[in-house]
Amino acid sequence: MSRASNFPPPFSTRDYVVEPTDPPDERIEVGVLIVGAGPSGLACAIRLGQLLEQHPEMAERFGEVPVAVLEKGKQPGSHLLSGAVMNPRALRRLFGEGFRMDDVPSYGEVPGESVYVLTRRTALPIPPPPPMRNHGNWILSLSQLGRFLAERAEEGGAMILPETAAEKLLVSHGRVVGVRTGDKGRNREGGELGNFEAGSDLTAKVTILAEGTQGHLTAVALDRFSLRGEEPQVWELAVKEVWKVAKPLGRVIHTMGWPLRTGKRFREFGGSFIYPMGKDMVTIGLVVGLDYRDASLSVHDLLQELKTHPKIRRILEGGERVEWGAKTIPSGGFHSLPQELHAPGLLLCGDGVGMVNVPRLKGIHYAIESGRLAAEAAFRAMQRGETPASALASYDDAVRDSFIWRDLYEVRNMRQVFGHGFFVGGALASAMTISKGRVEVGKMSAEPDADQPLLVTNRDASYPTPDGKLTFDKLSSVFASGNKTRDDQPNHIRIERRVPPEVAQLWAHMCPAQVYEIGREESDGTVVVELAPSNCVQCGAITAKGGRLTPPEGGSGPEYTAT
Amino acid sequence: MRIAVCVKHVPEGPSHLDPSTKRLDRSGEGALNHFDANAVEEALRLKGDSDTEVVVVSLGPQKALDSLRKALAMGADRAVLVSDDAAAGSDLVATSRLLAAALEKLDADVVLFGQQASDADGAVLWAAVAERLGRPVVSQAMELAVDGSSVRVKRQTEFGYDTLEAPLPTVVAVSDAINEPRYPSLKGIMGAKKKQQDVFSLDDLGVDAGEAGEAGSRTTVLALGDPPVRADARKIEDDGNAAQAIVDFLAEKRIV
Amino acid sequence: MSTLVFLESHGNELQKGSLGVLAKAASLGDDVAAVIAGEGARALVPEAGTFGAAKIWICEDAEVVQPVPQPRVDVLAQVVEEGGYDTVLFANSVLAADVAAGLAARLDAGLNWDLVDLAVRDGELVGKRPALQDSVYAEVGWHGTPRLALFRAGSFDAAPTGGGEPEIADISPTYAAHSTAVKLVGQDAEESSGPSIEDADVIVAGGRGLGSPDNFTLAEELAKALGGAVGATRAVVDAGWYPYSTQIGQTGKTVSPKLYVALGISGAIQHKVGMQSSGTIVAINKDANAPIFEFSDLGVVGDVHEIVPKLTELVRARKG
Repeated sequence: MSRASNFPPPFSTRDYVVEPTDPPDERIEVGVLIVGAGPSGLACAIRLGQLLEQHPEMAERFGEVPVAVLEKGKQPGSHLLSGAVMNPRALRRLFGEGFRMDDVPSYGEVPGESVYVLTRRTALPIPPPPPMRNHGNWILSLSQLGRFLAERAEEGGAMILPETAAEKLLVSHGRVVGVRTGDKGRNREGGELGNFEAGSDLTAKVTILAEGTQGHLTAVALDRFSLRGEEPQVWELAVKEVWKVAKPLGRVIHTMGWPLRTGKRFREFGGSFIYPMGKDMVTIGLVVGLDYRDASLSVHDLLQELKTHPKIRRILEGGERVEWGAKTIPSGGFHSLPQELHAPGLLLCGDGVGMVNVPRLKGIHYAIESGRLAAEAAFRAMQRGETPASALASYDDAVRDSFIWRDLYEVRNMRQVFGHGFFVGGALASAMTISKGRVEVGKMSAEPDADQPLLVTNRDASYPTPDGKLTFDKLSSVFASGNKTRDDQPNHIRIERRVPPEVAQLWAHMCPAQVYEIGREESDGTVVVELAPSNCVQCGAITAKGGRLTPPEGGSGPEYTAT
Repeated sequence: MRIAVCVKHVPEGPSHLDPSTKRLDRSGEGALNHFDANAVEEALRLKGDSDTEVVVVSLGPQKALDSLRKALAMGADRAVLVSDDAAAGSDLVATSRLLAAALEKLDADVVLFGQQASDADGAVLWAAVAERLGRPVVSQAMELAVDGSSVRVKRQTEFGYDTLEAPLPTVVAVSDAINEPRYPSLKGIMGAKKKQQDVFSLDDLGVDAGEAGEAGSRTTVLALGDPPVRADARKIEDDGNAAQAIVDFLAEKRIV
Repeated sequence: MSTLVFLESHGNELQKGSLGVLAKAASLGDDVAAVIAGEGARALVPEAGTFGAAKIWICEDAEVVQPVPQPRVDVLAQVVEEGGYDTVLFANSVLAADVAAGLAARLDAGLNWDLVDLAVRDGELVGKRPALQDSVYAEVGWHGTPRLALFRAGSFDAAPTGGGEPEIADISPTYAAHSTAVKLVGQDAEESSGPSIEDADVIVAGGRGLGSPDNFTLAEELAKALGGAVGATRAVVDAGWYPYSTQIGQTGKTVSPKLYVALGISGAIQHKVGMQSSGTIVAINKDANAPIFEFSDLGVVGDVHEIVPKLTELVRARKG
């Protein structure tokens, strides 16, 4: 059977490394450039603002625009999506004394939790396994948190530049000197429209990539500076909805089992989460590892199916879906982290490099902490002046000394064991957690998601027909993400267009936004893959499964508000 | 020359009406009304490289400054925001009163408006403002030229195209066919924060609180409800006579 | 209630939309007056009478020859004062919207626009209007008088009520200086290539169900027969079948013609929000479960290739 990786996309990270080309007086110079206004990038900007306030003598070295944060979405929060149940420790460290979680928009502390193993009709409660205990953690919307952090960052003097995609990495004499932003106002064929605006060279003394999952320039940098980790990165796809509900849900719920299949050959690892958002809203999502093998699997449709479970239907009864979104989560864990998190002129943070604790479903506090540590390293480098390379190495040391490293090491093999199927994997996972990682199961290799051999079942036959009230089709969901992407722009997806039918099926089902459709059949048995790129919500699944997502025109994509 | 452009900060993302106030829930994110971007663009084109001043004006809450800044990033020179709690919920009568008061202070040669507001779908504000300012008004402009002391406008109506001339100072509302708004450049975005942004309260304008907001309005929203289900909706299967059935249906509706 | 209706005239014709508003006003009970301002207004009086006007104010001043709004504000302000009207109604048009808004400012009178209906409830005037891309309906009211209302085009059918001879009154107001400052210096009639999508009363739109770009001729022929414009969905524009300028939907144009004919269009929400406020929606699609059938007035499950040519012929025959 085919593998998606046999049909690689026409894409090379080398094409995205360039020298600055704008005449020097047209380049835009800033002190520290941060790519990504997510929790990591904004924490970094906030920390830099704090340091600059404490050290006013450094203002001159940072220049007129000391800190700039690029955001490809319409505004901070537009592309942020998570559950989320967050560990507050990193925010406390970031804001220091006097900080209280009540200052942050949230839905309060986790009131209680349950874990269920589902079958089609039943829900068997099990005591929450140790990694899933959330006492002391807070429920919030990452998109809202992003907007809050953006305001704090701006108060601290950072300049946030939304609707701006970082398309290329500027490298000069082996050093990262900034990024080149993407063009705006090109048509589908790549020609210039009346309001065409070329991208700019944005240069900085230190560039910090906090792009989140499937970070475009992060991948470019990992290749350019040979930083990739010992294991390839792998991802999970999360699809979630926000609902107004009639009855308050008083606890956090996680489920395992149905609608995912437990057999080893399917390799369907994941589960669902249902979190209360105050008294009148709820968020429900399904997370599935992209190392699944069945080409007919659609996480979007599995989520719709999940909602028909009697227990879950009751939670949503009388309610109304108000938002939808999708995003990948890097799940390779410790072994997939890059060899180093820095390069000359460059620092790497957060989900972009895979700082996610998969069994605990936590990554936001690592993102924030890594952003904070990156700010401190960048500041030290600016203090030292012209040898940022060695100064930036201190970032790696700081991360290794932090709870980020400790936590990820503890759960380092969790993800891989589930390759052995749910029951075996579950037992191993519990053993590892209870022993705090001391049970050695031998390092298991992770294969890239796109290397998984495909099989085709008729799993799609049981996806519910959308009723527009409880279950929805993909196009309605794309609408509910606020996506209004301008149609007449170049296609930002790189993909092999002629592939065997099962690969085309894989992509068509995989994509939660219905970007890929199976077109005509060719005489050699391959099919043509048709694309609707303006549906794309930039979840990143395609990059995991054999294609490549590049950033479209700044401002495109979803406009999340409560995800 | 001075050109004033009236812009509105409108809610973005899925819109909701607040059932308690029956007004648009403006608590979420907002953006520059995209029709107003045409007006800003037209002002910038008229300005060109000259020292004509382009001032963007808005009535709204503090966060309307975001939209004003976007206009500054496109190239406008300064921004004026009329913001006062007492102004919330202003209808056409109150809004036009407040805007006219601000525009009087600005004394612009040309006042530009966009085609409509994407939140209230209103395409009426400019005529009311022009009346209060005592100035000529031309709407639906798809071409606009200013020469010396008058404007020349080509506009589209239901009947064709009219070319009109009016002496300055004048009010012009542009249609979205007039231009393609530019993207703010990075330099523009970065420079916007430094440009002058003034916030005026009702007191600053000399307008009494009783003439603004709900107190100053002459219309009200009474109730909200679901749209009517299309009455008499029919669905048929083609048995060879569908074409005739359709024609009969259209005849019934007096469309053919 | 003492009601005045602004009757718009162009080229010696009273506009159907404003006649519809007149008929609606007459149906609410009390005597209704109308005002006609423009060259040759007097000749239009009998027609206005048959649509329900009991009294008609005429202005044939030089100032109202041009189709510009501001002198008409002066006319109406004077009529409202002389006639003591407490309600003034307009049918939306480029001209009428500007007149209504100017009058609202002149008189500090409440103006509700985009109305689709009007009623008297417990002695209060209540208007009904869609909002938020027609996803909700709002009931709106007024404080004080006069009350101004601007109705969405095509809200009411103009049906002659066979009214008697209306009373006529001449009006010749003092015009404000700014009212007469705008000069019409040129006019071009609409190009004969058919109406643009935004102005068209009829739109025939094609989707993927047409099968191939060549089949767009089906839509074109039907549009021509109906005197309408051709629209397209995002899917077919993406596929290069038809130009982006004809795209209707969330990321294209929003239209609300009297008649929208959807050929081979599934009706995904991205398309729906661009045309859901059309007066009458007729959809033809092979797929009985297509979402478009949930919001069309007449849904036809069938093959566009078979139905549309016949339909076009029948329409042509009917129109003579």
